Parts: sequence; C-alpha cells; structure tokens
Amino acid sequence: MTYIAKPKFHHPGLKKNELGYTHRDYEGKISTLCAGCGHDSITASIIEACYELSIEPHRVAKISGIGCSSKTPDYFLGNSHGFNSVHGRMPSVLTGANLANRDLIYLGVSGDGDSASIGFGQFAHSIRRGVNMTYIVENNGVYGLTKGQFSATADRGSKSKKGVTNTDNAIDLVAIALQLGATFVARSFSGDKTQLVPLIAAAIRHKGASFIDVISPCIAFNNHAGSTKSFDYVREHNDAVNRLDVLVGRDPIAVDYAPGTVQLVEQHDGSRIALRKIDADYDPHDRLGAQTFLAKHAAKGQIVTGLLYVDPDAEDLHEHLNTVETPLNTLEADTLCPGSAVLDKINASLR
Amino acid sequence: MKPTDIAAPDYFHKVVDCQWACPAHTPVPEYIRLIAQGRYSDAYMINWKSNVFPGILGRTCDRPCEPACRRGRVEETPVAICRLKRVAADFKDDIKQRLPRPSPKNGKRVALIGGGPASLTVARDLAPLGYHCTVFDADPEAGGMMRTQIPKFRLPNSVIDEETGYILDLGVEFKGGHRIDSMKSLLAEKYDAIFVGSGAPRGRELDIPGRKEAAANIHIGIEWLANVSFGHTDKIGKRVIVLGGGNTAMDCCRTARRLGGEKVTVVVRSGFEEMKASPWEKEDAIHEDIPILNYMVPVAFKHVAGKLIGVTFQHVKAEYDAKGRRNLVPSGDPDQTIPCDDVLVAVGQENAFPWIEQDCGIEFDKWHMPKVDPTTFVSTNPKVFFGGDAAFGPKNIIWAVAHGHDAALSIHRLLSGEDVSERPLPEVHVTSQKMGIHEWSYDNDISNDKRFKVPHRDKVIALKDIRTEVELGYDVKLALGEAHRCLNCDVQTVFSTSLCIECDACADICPMDCITFTDNGEENDLRQRLKAPSPRPDQDLYVSSDLKTGRVMVKDEDVCLHCGLCAERCPTGAWDMQKYFIEMTHAGSACPTKSRSAA
Repeated sequence: MTYIAKPKFHHPGLKKNELGYTHRDYEGKISTLCAGCGHDSITASIIEACYELSIEPHRVAKISGIGCSSKTPDYFLGNSHGFNSVHGRMPSVLTGANLANRDLIYLGVSGDGDSASIGFGQFAHSIRRGVNMTYIVENNGVYGLTKGQFSATADRGSKSKKGVTNTDNAIDLVAIALQLGATFVARSFSGDKTQLVPLIAAAIRHKGASFIDVISPCIAFNNHAGSTKSFDYVREHNDAVNRLDVLVGRDPIAVDYAPGTVQLVEQHDGSRIALRKIDADYDPHDRLGAQTFLAKHAAKGQIVTGLLYVDPDAEDLHEHLNTVETPLNTLEADTLCPGSAVLDKINASLR
Repeated sequence: MKPTDIAAPDYFHKVVDCQWACPAHTPVPEYIRLIAQGRYSDAYMINWKSNVFPGILGRTCDRPCEPACRRGRVEETPVAICRLKRVAADFKDDIKQRLPRPSPKNGKRVALIGGGPASLTVARDLAPLGYHCTVFDADPEAGGMMRTQIPKFRLPNSVIDEETGYILDLGVEFKGGHRIDSMKSLLAEKYDAIFVGSGAPRGRELDIPGRKEAAANIHIGIEWLANVSFGHTDKIGKRVIVLGGGNTAMDCCRTARRLGGEKVTVVVRSGFEEMKASPWEKEDAIHEDIPILNYMVPVAFKHVAGKLIGVTFQHVKAEYDAKGRRNLVPSGDPDQTIPCDDVLVAVGQENAFPWIEQDCGIEFDKWHMPKVDPTTFVSTNPKVFFGGDAAFGPKNIIWAVAHGHDAALSIHRLLSGEDVSERPLPEVHVTSQKMGIHEWSYDNDISNDKRFKVPHRDKVIALKDIRTEVELGYDVKLALGEAHRCLNCDVQTVFSTSLCIECDACADICPMDCITFTDNGEENDLRQRLKAPSPRPDQDLYVSSDLKTGRVMVKDEDVCLHCGLCAERCPTGAWDMQKYFIEMTHAGSACPTKSRSAA
C-alpha cells in the first residue's frame, strides 16, 4: 500500500473536457489494493470514460458490495455519490436508489464473489428487471481478500497458486446476463484499455441494464501458470469480436475505417457506437447467436471479448413500472398525497 | 526508437536538469536533501567540491540551474537553489578539518594571473596535488571581481575572506598588489604552466558628444565600483543616471543609492524584458525606488562650463526584420534630456591583453581574443591556459569555476606527461533507494508549497550603510520548507524490461501521465502518441526494449516528479528508484581510463 497521497500536480498540457475538467479531476483516493491489481486499471478506465463523456461527477452514484472490487469506488469519482453496501447486496441498493432518483447515472461495481456467489440472486434480479445501470464485475476468479480460494467464476480445471485443480464448474456471468435479458452485454480485460474505456462509456450511455464482465488478474493469487485469469493466459486466449468508439453529439466518424468494417449503433440518447468488426460474421444484435457463439468459444478455451449484445431500443425498469418522469425523491407532499377525494375516486374505480 | 542506454553517463545527468545546466555540474538535489536533513556541513562540502565558492555563489550566482529546474515546469516557480546554497554556507559548522591538507610539493610550479574565481579554482584543484601555485593580482587581496565589482551589501567581505582563505590555506602563494605587465618576462621565469584568469577588466566606453568635456562626473561602472569597494570613493551626486542594463548597472544604481544618490535612474537602450540583468536584480533595484527607463539611446552628455548637467536621449522602438533580428529605430518622439549630477557608464566589459607580447606563441583571433581550446582551455602556447572571462569574454562566476576545473585537469595531465586532449570519464554511481516495500531512502512525498521568499532587511536601514547586507538569507525553518520543494530529480526511475508484466499499474498511477505503453516508432511519431502532450524535444524519451506484447514502455522525462509511485505500484519491481550521483572529473580524481566523447 502506498502511504503518500498522489501528488496534486498534473501534466501542464493535460486536455480538458467540455466541463473544463482534466481526467485527474475524476480520480478518488489513492488505491489501497495490491500493487499491479487489475482492478486499478478498471478504475483508471472508469475515470477515463467519465472524463471523455464530460460527466458531471455529482450526477453519478457508485454503489458496491464487499470485496477487493467493491473497495474500488473509493479510488475513482471522488466527488460523486457512493454507497458501499452489504456483501452481495449492491443490486438491491442500486435498484432502490434508481427507483427513488431516476436522474442519476448508476455505476454498480462488484466482483466475482459479490455477484456470482453471495449476491448471485441479487445480480440475476437486477438484470431481469432492466434497471438502468452500468453493472461492472471485476472478475479475477479468486477470493483475494481471503487469500486466493477459487471463486464461482474460476474455470474448471484451472489451478490455484498452490497447484490445486478446480473441480467445480464455472459460472459465466456474461452468459447468464444474456439469458436474463440484459440489453447491453460486454466482456473485456483490465489489461486492454483501448477496448475497455469505450465499452464503459457506451454502457453508461445505454438506457437499460448494461453488464460488463472485466477479467482482472489478481496479481497476488491468480497470475500464475495454470490460472485462466492471468495476464499471459488472457492475452493468449483473448478473442475480441469487435472494438468500438463512442460518438457523442455530432462527432464526425473518423475516416480511417475500411469500408464495410464499421457498424453504427445509435443508442436511445442519440449517442452512437461505431463498432469496428474483427469477426465479420458476429452480429451484436442477435441474442441467441451471441449465446451460441460464447458457448462454442468457451468450449475451445477462448475468452470472447467486445460488445457482445446490444439492444439500442431497450426499455428500463421505470418504463415497465410506468413511473412519472420526475424523480420520486423530488415529488412534493401534495403530489405524493393528493388527498381523500382522489383516494375515494381510486377506491370507487376498484369497486 | 532504440532502447535508451541508461549506462551512458549523460543520460541520467540530463534528467537532473539543474545539475546539467550548472556549468560546474553541482549535485543540486543531493545537497538540498542534506539541507533538509540539517546536514549543512555535508551540503557545504558537496558544493565546495563542485563550485568552490558556495557562500559567494549562494549570494551572487547567475543561477543557470533555476530556469532549468523541473519544478518550474510543474508549477510557477523553480526551487530557490541558489539561496539554499547560501543556507549550507550560513549554517555549517567549522569545516576546516574536512579540507585537503597542504601536501608535500612535487616540484612543479604554476603561475596564476589574476586572483579571481577562475585562478583560485585552478589553485584549489592543483595545490593539494603538490603543485606550487603562485597567484598574482594587482589588488592587495584575493577575490578579483568578486571583491571589487560586487557591492558589499550583496556580498560581505567576510564571506570572500573565508572562502578565498580556504584556498590560500592550501599552501597557495598569493602575491597581492603585483600586476603582471609582461607575459614574456613571466615565461622567462620558467614556470611549468601559466594560467591566465585575469577577467574582462576594462569597462566599455561610451563615446558620445560631451564625454571629454564632462569627464569629471562620468564614471566607468566597474572602475567606480572597485573604487567604492576599496573605499576610495564614498559619495556621489544627488541625481545619478546609470547607463546600461546588465547586472553591473544594477550594482551601480543600488550602490549610488547608498552613497548619496537620491534620484537614481537606470536608462537602457533595449526593452525592459531584454535587459541582460537577472530578473531578481532588476526587482531589487526597483524595490529601492530606482526607475528603469527603456528604449532610450544616449546621444549626448550635456554640460555647462565643464560641469555635467544632464544626458540627452533619443527614443527608439524595436523593429524586427524578416530574419527576426531586432533593430532599434527612432520612434519619432522628440529627444529627452534628463538632468543629473553624475553618470555611471555600465554598457559592457571588454577583455584587454596589452601585457601579452606578440612573440609569446599565444595567437589572438580577429576580435583580439586569445585562441583557446573550449575543452582543454589551452592556448596556442601549450604551457599557457586561459579561463574565466579571460578565455571567452564576460560570463559569470560559476562559468569561471567550471573553466578553472577543466584547466586544472589539463595542467595536471600536461605536467604528468599525459595527453591533455584526452578527458577521463566522470565517475557515476547509481544506487537503489528501496528500503522496504513502499519505503525509500528519500522523501518522495511531493510538497505543494510555493517558493518561499528570502527575507530582506528593512529598506530604510539597508540604504543607510553600503556594507549592510540586504538579503538576510533563509532561516532554518524557511530553508526546510524550500528544500522540500525539490523534486529529487537525481533519484531516477529505472525500468527493467524483463520484469514487466504490462499490468499498466505505473501508467495508471503516474500523476503526470509520463508513462505510455505503445507500439514503437520514430521519436517524432512516438511523441504524438503519448498519454500526455510532449512539447519539449530537449527532454528525452526513455524507451524500453520490446515487451512481451511487442509494445515498448515510453517515459517522457519532461515533468516526472520522481515521486516513485510507479515503483510503488509495480508488482514485480520492474521500476526501481535509483539515485544517480556523478563525480565530475577534476584534476587528481582517480579516473577510469576510458575517454568520453560528450560533455
């Protein structure tokens, strides 16, 4: 752990975004995670994505559970709202917050233990309800805080640091998210920011349940030969189907794309995703196809990354529930309690 | 780009911008750390070895280190390196026991002409090796221009006496009041080597109408300052005009204020910004109520019956031609006459060697300057060396010291029967500073403090006595605060490619976005693809060899804070913080034999 505060000085030539902030303005406290932790790279990616989108920090709520991953919201967006909840309970706290104030941007930050073990049910229900959020799992395949036991996402046959082989089947959170109806599903790697940063940016702009599974090597307990979540293994087996750029406003599309290789996806809020296809046959609008593709590649030991599925016209929980446009937490008492005359009317309609 | 060769002595030396900029290559961050630890004597000795006159330079240096200081690129102002040097001198204990002892003479005799910083540096380096050094000076005491031209309110005699004394006590023979009038007769005295460190002793004239008629009240700046210094001059008229914009002009005007000048005005030909005087000297002059008028060219001295009554100036403006060269052309405003009682002319200094006969084997160029080798400082006579202002015209003390070191090395090699043109490599030490997982043997917590002001004596008191020092120097507390502002640029970030697993931790934590992992390319192309802009091509890129993914690590040295966070966040120790210490080659250093090509 680093004892000094990160120096306040920044590069004199740093660019500023539309709000006049540099990326340094989106930082939080200095990380207390182990040196080299993949989670810190995800933190840096979230900072970069929020900077690029010119997000006002006070419009963000970052919510997490328990674990190494769930500590990370302390290390980014130091001027945003935050809630470090009970183990595995991030999704319900986030759902509640979202219901009360639909105007904020919700970042759910969780890990493989938090989401695939103790909070598996919570994870499932927040996805199937279509809560408008960006749900990021920092997935390292081990319980790092308790010294490296296999987690529920550890691949069967992979080895622990001490050489023990995992005999349990792995939960693939991406596959589950697809099956449960998430409308933005992606996988990436902490060691590949050029892919991860635009994925986070696109997920934040997506209206509906966005889910990103980020493979994040645990330097202390899961970065050895025999691990399937090490830097070397992920780099060797990374099968990226696409890379993307997020275009907000009237940004012209860069001209250096070869024709026929770019697929434009316009999201609900008018932002566009330019998908640079790597696998020409991969269609990110085909949920069933994505599931089959994932299963086939998983069987071959490949890790499929990229934007795997997106429904640009997705609906979210508020639409399902037909709530008012005004965030519930700002409704005044006379709106919330319109009086006995209105109650009589409602009662009469039910007779 | 090719992988950076960090074993080349100059690579890391350039990263220590202050030390690289210092002509004598003083290990600045090293002595600032010692000051922060309260080890003033140690800090003084580091300085003494490099620049010979820490107490004098700590008050008067032209500070080429400060514009180079990395801190000035990170925030508004550089570290007050110069005034921290004075702190080491002010608070040190008695260091006499640490100085070299006079050693048994080796029988070789060296004559040094002029008792200023260049000659004294040569003597300092050669005397401990057993050379019999004889210093000749026309003035009765050693110090040269440090004693005669720098006013006492900036540099008290006690400091000059102390630091010239350290050198003379090494068994150096000082012949004061002994002007050398003939090189030929000196050569006849069969010295084994002669060093000319006689400075640039002649003040430039200003030959405009009225100069002769009003001569009684027109004084050449450096001569006048010398007369003041020795007590021959102790007053001046109430209204004084100082002509010239260099540091001598600043010394003249401030001295005039103390000798009865009530209305002292500095007038310069150029613009205020282009003046040669150091910014802080201009500030000090203005603080003493001395206006500086610019873009005014003196055209005539006005006089009545042999008595000076004023100076007439033509107003000019700057025009730039196609090549960007500046010309001063009349602005069209009517000429202006400023009344005065005395004028001090400080429009430059010149070298003068009337005492070097043509048949001494010493050749001169068309500007009447001796032909001197810029590395060895030898003239066309292999036994005669030049240094300081005498070699290449007026510069400043720290350059004279640097010349002195190099000339002493040449003399030592010549008299040891070695090739003078072969310059031994400096000795370089690179040592890891790692004490524990996240502990370093230097303070890596970056201070956010702004530059601390050096306290000055109250103006009313300061102006009353010409020998009252104006600057009081930092006290211990201020010195500690200022020392903490140093970024420890000599503690280098050292990268081991083989250990790197490309986890990005260093690039993520770096507060200055110095580190980028990317595909290799030509330098210009690489500079475009770094995480942060790279506007200074004079600052090197540190490039690794190919990493596992085929990419390279590129670090822009420009604004690195040397905070060590890259090394703290590195899981494999691929980054380490290592202190770089370079011992410049001086006469008598136990030198490695390999010769070096670069400076």
